[in-house]
Amino acid sequence: MSLARTTPAPSIFSRLIDTGAHQKLLAFASLILLLVGFSIASPNFMQTSNMIAILQATSVNGVLAVAATLVIITGGIDLSVGTLMTFCAVIAGIVLTNLGMPLPLGILAAVGTGALCGLCSGTFIAKMKIPPFIATLGMMLILKGLSLVISGTRPIYFNDTPGFDQISRGSLIGDLIPALPIPNGVLILFLVAAAASYILGRTVLGRYTFALGSNEEAVRLSGVNTDRWKMAVYALAGGICGIAGLLIASRLNSAQPALGLGYELEAIAAVVIGGTSLSGGRGTVLGTLIGALIMAVLTNGLRVLSVAQEWQTVVTGAIIILAVYADMMRKKKA
Amino acid sequence: MTDLVRMAGIEKRFPGVHALRSVSFDLRSGEVHALMGENGAGKSTLMKILSGIYPKDDGVMEIHGEAVELDGPKAAQKLGIGIIHQELSLMNDLTVAQNIFIGREPRLRFGRLDEAALNRKAAEIFASMNLHLDPKTIVGELTIARQQMVEIAKALSHRSRILIMDEPTAALNDAEIAELFTIIRRLKADGVGIIYISHKMDELKRIADRVTVMRDGSYVGTVEAADTPISTIISMMVGRELTNDVVDIPDLSQADVLLEVEGLNRGREIRDVSFSVRKGEILGFAGLMGAGRTEVARAIFGADPRESGEIKVHGRPCAIASPSDAVKAGIGYLSEDRKHFGLATGMDVRNNIALASLDRFSGRTGVLDESAMRDTARGYIEKLGIRTPSDTQEVRLLSGGNQQKVVIAKWLYRDCDILIFDEPTRGIDIGAKSEIYKLLKQLAAEGRAIIVISSELPEVMRLSHRIAVMCEGRLTGILPGGAETTQEDIMHLATLRAPVMQPEGADA
Repeated sequence: MSLARTTPAPSIFSRLIDTGAHQKLLAFASLILLLVGFSIASPNFMQTSNMIAILQATSVNGVLAVAATLVIITGGIDLSVGTLMTFCAVIAGIVLTNLGMPLPLGILAAVGTGALCGLCSGTFIAKMKIPPFIATLGMMLILKGLSLVISGTRPIYFNDTPGFDQISRGSLIGDLIPALPIPNGVLILFLVAAAASYILGRTVLGRYTFALGSNEEAVRLSGVNTDRWKMAVYALAGGICGIAGLLIASRLNSAQPALGLGYELEAIAAVVIGGTSLSGGRGTVLGTLIGALIMAVLTNGLRVLSVAQEWQTVVTGAIIILAVYADMMRKKKA
Repeated sequence: MTDLVRMAGIEKRFPGVHALRSVSFDLRSGEVHALMGENGAGKSTLMKILSGIYPKDDGVMEIHGEAVELDGPKAAQKLGIGIIHQELSLMNDLTVAQNIFIGREPRLRFGRLDEAALNRKAAEIFASMNLHLDPKTIVGELTIARQQMVEIAKALSHRSRILIMDEPTAALNDAEIAELFTIIRRLKADGVGIIYISHKMDELKRIADRVTVMRDGSYVGTVEAADTPISTIISMMVGRELTNDVVDIPDLSQADVLLEVEGLNRGREIRDVSFSVRKGEILGFAGLMGAGRTEVARAIFGADPRESGEIKVHGRPCAIASPSDAVKAGIGYLSEDRKHFGLATGMDVRNNIALASLDRFSGRTGVLDESAMRDTARGYIEKLGIRTPSDTQEVRLLSGGNQQKVVIAKWLYRDCDILIFDEPTRGIDIGAKSEIYKLLKQLAAEGRAIIVISSELPEVMRLSHRIAVMCEGRLTGILPGGAETTQEDIMHLATLRAPVMQPEGADA
C-alpha cells in the first residue's frame, strides 16, 4: 500500500506490481541465482559478449512472450504467436524482396499483417464464441501452411534490402556508447515491453484487458462492448508478433517459412514463469521479461557448461513446473 | 403406517444466523409430506441435516425408529435416504444405466466393466417403477422430466425408503408433471415416504397427504392437505408482523413515464409481461423463486435475448440488443450475484466505480486520467458512505453492503436514471440493509425510476410504491403499495398459476 502512495505511477499499476511481487521476486531471485551459479561454474559465462548473446537470444522470444502476456491476462490463450511471427516475416520478405518495395513499407506490411491475423483470432473468439485454445490452434495451423504456400516453401533472403539486418543486429546504443554494444533487437524488445506495460497500466484498453480476465460477465453487464475490446487485445498481440517476425527475419537475414512452431510454447512458458495467472486478471510485462530471460540464461548457461542440448528442454520443463508450484504454495499460505 | 423419520427439537446455527429453532418433522411410510415455506424459511437446511450434509447442533433424529447421528451423506444413503436436487446432478454424456450405478459399476475380472449386468440391473429398477426407458439411452437426450425419473431410479437403486424431492416440478410442463405424479403414487403404494418441497399450491392438493409449514427457521405447524384451505397454508407461511416502517407513497400521477415494457416474451420463462415505471417511482417485483423476475430484468437490460416485446424509454421505442445498448439508454442493472455479474472482484474500488464509464476518463489517445478517477471514486465513497480504507482497496475485501454501494456508484456515475435492483440486500447484514433502503428511496426521490426485485416480502412492502407480482413467467397482477396490500394478497398472486387479472398498461 505504501507503494501506491509513494510512486507517481497510477495505483493499479503499482498494485499489480505489488500483488505479483512475490512471484516476481522469486523469479528475479532465480534469475540472479542462475547468473551467479553459471558464472562460478564457468569463467566464460559472465563475459560481455556472452551476456549480449543471451539478450539477443531473448529478444524474439521476449517480444512474443509480451504478446502472449496481453492475451493471457484477458483469460485467453494464443497458440498462434509462433507461426504468426513466421507468416509476418514471410510477408515482409515478399514485400521487400519479391516486390522490391522500400523498407518502411515492409515493416508496415509485417506489423499490419500481424494485427489483422490477431483481429481474425479475436473475431473467432469474441464473435463466434470459439474457445481461445481452439481458435488460435486453428490459426496456428492455417498460418503455418500459408507461410509455406506463399513462400513456395523456400526461404526468402533480404540481400537486396540494405540495412534490413540492422533492425536486429545493428546497435544504435553501441554507436553512441561503444562500451555498450547492445543490439537493436534487444532495444526493440525493451521498447515493446515498455509500450505494452504502459498500455496495460495507463490506458482504457489495458484496464479492460485486466477487467476481462477478472470478470468478463460483470464487464459486459456494465454496458461495455466486451467483444470489441477483446478483439482489440488480440489484434494488438498480433501486431507485436509482427514485430517479432521482423526481428527474427532480420537476425537470420531471411524469412524461414518452416520456422515458428514451438515458439508459442516458449512464450507461454516465459509468461507463466513470470507469474502471470493463466486464469486471467493478473500479470505483468516485467515478470514476463524476467521469465524470458530465465529461459535464455538457462539455455545459454547449460550450453556454456557443455550440457547436451537434449537436456536443456528437460530442465526448462522442470523449471516451469517448479515455478507454478511455488506460486501455488505461496497463494495457499496467503 | 410406520414412522420412517422422526425429527424433534432440531437446532442449527450458522455464524450470525439461527437457521433452525427447535424444528419438528416426521414422515410416515407411504405418504407424500409437503414441506413449505418462503425462501429462507429453513426447508433446505432441515433437509440437508436429514441427508447428512450438515450436522445438527441439537435435537433428536430417528430413522426407522432408531436414533441416529449422521456423519455425512454416505451415512444417510446407507439408511435409505435419497435426495433429488432441484438442479439435477447427472452426467449428460453417459447412459442412463451408467449414471444410476456411477461409482458402483458391476465388474468382471481384471477391472473390466460388466456392461450387461449394469443394463440389466437398471432395467429391473425401471420395471419396478413401471417406467419404459432404455437403460442405454444417453441422459443428455432425455427431457428434464425423464432425467428426473433417472434421478429417482438412482435413489431407489440405493434401496431408498425415504425420498426428498426439492422443487421437482420447477422445470416441468403439465404433461411431464402428470408423469412424475404417476411415479410418485406408485412409490407411495410401495411404502416409500416422500418429502416434497414445492412452492406451488395447486400441486399440494394433487399430490400431498400432509403439509408442514416453516417460517424463519421455526416450525409453524402440520396440517392435512385434503381438508386445509390454501389460504390457511398461505397465512401460516407469511404470518409475520410487518415492520412499522410504513412506505410513504408520493403522488406520481403527473410524473413522466420513464420505462415502458410491453408484451415481453421468451419461451416459458417470460410470458407476455407488460408494465411501466414513472420518474420517482419504486416498483417492487415480488414472486417466488423461479417466477421469472430476474429473467425479465435481464431481458430488458439486453443481457439475455427476448423473443418479442417493446421497450420504451422516455416514451421512445428503444432497440436494446445488448447491455451496452441498455446502458446508453440509461438503464442500469444490479445483479443479485454481485461476485459473478456485478464486480470485477480482483480490481479496486476506484476501477469498479469507473468500469462502465472508462471512456469519460480518457481522451482520444485512450490514456486514463487516474487522478480524475480517484477524485470521482472518493466523491462516491463519501456520498454513499462506502466503508473502505481507500479507493485502491480490492472490492473482494469489502463487506456485502459496501460492495453493493460500489455497484450503485458505478451506475450513478454512468447517469443511469432507470435502475433495476435484483435482490439488493441479499447477503447484506441488517444494519447495512436499512442504509441500502434509505439509498433506494433517495435515488427515487431524486427523480429516477427504480425497480426492486426481492424475494423477501417485508422488503418489497416497505420499499415499493407499487408491487408487481409474478408467477411462472407471468405477471399475475400489480398491487398498490402501502398498508392496503397484505402479504396474503401478494402470496395469492405469487402462487396463481393462470392469470386472472390483466396487468395494468402504460397509464397505470
